[in-house]
Amino acid sequence: MTARLACVILALGVACAGAARGQDAGPADSAVWKKVHASMFGNAILEAADGVVTLDTPKRAEDAAIVPLAIRAQFPQTKERHIETIWLVIDNNPSPIAAVFRFTPESGRADIETRVRIEEYTYVRAVARTNDGKLYMAANYVKASGGCSAPAGKDAVAAKANLGRIRLSVHDGVEAGRPAIAQLMISHPNDSGLAMDQVTRSYATPHFVRRVEVRYAGKPVMNADVDFSISENPNFRFYFVPAGGGELDAKVVDNQDLEFTARVKLDSPRLGAVSTPH
Amino acid sequence: MDGRLARVAVSLTPPSRRWCALVLGVGAAIAFLQSAAGMAPEMPELALENPAPGIYVHYGQQAEMTRANFGDVANLGFVVGARCVAVIDTGGTFAVGRALRRAIQRIATVPVCYVINTHVHPDHVFGNAAFTDDHPQFIGHVRLADAMRRRGPNYLNALRRDLGDIAQQSAIVLPTRSIATTEELDLGGRILSLRAWPTAHTDTDLTVFDDASRTLWLGDLLFVGHVPVLDGNLRGFLAAIAELKTVRANLAIPGHGRALAWPEAIAPEERYLTGILAEVRAAIKGKRTLAETLATVDTGGERWLLFDEFHRRNVTAAYAELEWDE
Repeated sequence: MTARLACVILALGVACAGAARGQDAGPADSAVWKKVHASMFGNAILEAADGVVTLDTPKRAEDAAIVPLAIRAQFPQTKERHIETIWLVIDNNPSPIAAVFRFTPESGRADIETRVRIEEYTYVRAVARTNDGKLYMAANYVKASGGCSAPAGKDAVAAKANLGRIRLSVHDGVEAGRPAIAQLMISHPNDSGLAMDQVTRSYATPHFVRRVEVRYAGKPVMNADVDFSISENPNFRFYFVPAGGGELDAKVVDNQDLEFTARVKLDSPRLGAVSTPH
Repeated sequence: MDGRLARVAVSLTPPSRRWCALVLGVGAAIAFLQSAAGMAPEMPELALENPAPGIYVHYGQQAEMTRANFGDVANLGFVVGARCVAVIDTGGTFAVGRALRRAIQRIATVPVCYVINTHVHPDHVFGNAAFTDDHPQFIGHVRLADAMRRRGPNYLNALRRDLGDIAQQSAIVLPTRSIATTEELDLGGRILSLRAWPTAHTDTDLTVFDDASRTLWLGDLLFVGHVPVLDGNLRGFLAAIAELKTVRANLAIPGHGRALAWPEAIAPEERYLTGILAEVRAAIKGKRTLAETLATVDTGGERWLLFDEFHRRNVTAAYAELEWDE
């Protein structure tokens, strides 16, 4: 029945080219989600995320190109119990799996804040896998923005010109043994290449960040596989557990194999070094 | 979009797939019949004002685009010369553009030779398609074609989603002539000066100055009543305002809201944008995240129309721009 309903919605979508539509019946009924669920998690049951993670999203995408969201773990990362992986899924974006974040006990907290593009009225989901293999899901419905906001960037020329600036920073007041907040910013167009040139009927070259690796004292604290659902100038806030000095370092690789790196020494925990692509 | 839908359809179970193919087939047939009929619904005649000889303005509603208003939410107009007419912005749907074209035909005896778009936003450009039979030059900022290419499909999708059949015949019409700096258009005894701006309200802002009446068309570089919208660069917007204030114009026609004397017209917008700059810089300096900044955003100050629809969006855009400064 729900498949038929989805069918009718699809058919109406074809007939009316996407006439006004309301919220899907529920997060489980989204046709895209059923496909993602089957391909990523097979038959596994996803439990409600209460007590594991929360997902904070705005009710409406104010700016379609920059929608802030936060996934927050509800317990600290320990060897005994921790979140290993969080999938960020945006059902109705051209590429629904926006990011796969990986955490370790050294992360301290499996929290992540970032910004995404929202193309359409959609469910946004955070699926967390804990180290016992269990899966938990939080889902929010987000309305698309008004007509004059577009997921494309504000200034394509400036975005290209600034490509490759990277900044890694750690908040003040770092204490050994307590989770500290770090922020990674990458100046990058993060372009899907999905916009068709109306004259040549050809597509632009996609250019987006695909991999982020952050380590503290040589150990991974946050890794991510991402794509162009992440906003232009990708921005991530996350935790790690400092132990006195040492170095936090980030490596970012895009789909054209450009590599950007930055590092922060913890005895001078302000700003990371800025590096050029190589 | 089509690729994704196709993939979803394939993932359905076999009996549903057959059923789905049938429904999709029927859907496609309906789509075909609609496009065969395909006409945008008629809207009422556009009200025009004539603030100076040869200058005609239609004031769009101060609202978001809806079925009820046909997408008629931006100011449009035209300038009549001895040789021909220049249209300045064409409205949010084909239906609005067609109504504008009819209004021009009632007033002017000379043809339309130029259709100027002040920037890429859909409420200003989707009426272009109503003018293709006039074979005008479609004129825009040097970056307009690229911006239309990047944003057009999304705008069209949103228009069809939100306006349904009202959006019929609305289409992306790319500029045929690009303005990189400044250029003049001769309408016959009447010169329009066009000026392309660095990224401000958008990265495609173009202003039009009519020398004869000293009328300045600002597109969305000027909002009156309607809260200003930031979809480009905040500091660029403020720099453009500073420069525009030196233009010796009698009358300023905004993209939204009533025409007013210049440069007084822009004072509230300048205060608003300056306020956002200060507020967001303070938030970033105070290490507040974007979400925290939005949660505590200042909702006081001057009373603007559509404040709830656009203010948080402006703060978002300003934050993303300014955080690299800190």
